[in-house]
Amino acid sequence: MSKPFHLEEQYDDLIQQHESASLGMWTFLATEVLFFGGLILAYTVYRFLYHDAFRDGSRQMEVGIGVINTAVLLSSSLSMALAVHAAKLGRGKLVAGLLVLTAFLGAVFLAFKGVEYAGHVRDHKFPGPLFASDKPHPGQLELFYFIYFAATGLHALHLSVGCVVVLVIGWRAWHGRYATGYHSPVEVTGLYWHFIDVVWIFLFPLFYLLGQSS
Amino acid sequence: MTVKTLLLTYFALLVLLGVTTGIAYLDSGIPALNTAVALGIAVVKTLLVVLIFMEVRHSSKLIHVFVGAGFFWLALLLALTMNDYLSRGWLATGQ
Repeated sequence: MSKPFHLEEQYDDLIQQHESASLGMWTFLATEVLFFGGLILAYTVYRFLYHDAFRDGSRQMEVGIGVINTAVLLSSSLSMALAVHAAKLGRGKLVAGLLVLTAFLGAVFLAFKGVEYAGHVRDHKFPGPLFASDKPHPGQLELFYFIYFAATGLHALHLSVGCVVVLVIGWRAWHGRYATGYHSPVEVTGLYWHFIDVVWIFLFPLFYLLGQSS
Repeated sequence: MTVKTLLLTYFALLVLLGVTTGIAYLDSGIPALNTAVALGIAVVKTLLVVLIFMEVRHSSKLIHVFVGAGFFWLALLLALTMNDYLSRGWLATGQ
């Protein structure tokens, strides 16, 4: 019996190999849920304890940039999902194009985030010796910014890694490394990318929206 | 998964983004209600991304268990910790 070209020897068939790849990525993502979960827990506890300071913090955020960035990231997820769809059809060049678009949208998100960070630093909102605020509880507000920078910074780091991985997979797709029966690398990269999107779907309301109205 | 499904999911996500942003500025008089709505919409958006973009809807039962386990442990982490913080003032002899 001839072995399919892309099949590693420890697997019976491509389906089993694909299932293993997906399961491995989901196991990694489960650990990522807890990684970000620790920060979200810290946020939840301190928002409960220092409610007024955290409300002030949300109101100092650039909600417009947050909305644009959420839309940019959702668009990148659509582009990624279309790339996976094209990979299943064996359209290597199309996959490459969509992956470049995905990485570009990721870079746009990071650029907006950079503009936001620069604004915070300029306004003395970066936690540390230069932090300054005329609000009633500067220490508690500094804590808000500390968790904000930690959570969004960790998210931006994941997104940066994602951009590089997506471009590498895109380069390989362009050179015909994947086929209709073998597209696990594209799909698994997609899982990672969508997960980064999910993290932002929670960070956006937590840091930008809660406390805007009341 | 058809291209049409993916596009519809994308538009639904954008609509939800608009809704959650708009609602955030409405004063319901109950801050907890605004929080619940914002997080509820985030959960719906997550379900759309996880089930459709990440194709969990068409994945094996084993994958379902692994996905569920990740979020279940996060729920435990949040619920049991907040169980402590929320109930600290309840006993007169507390703190």
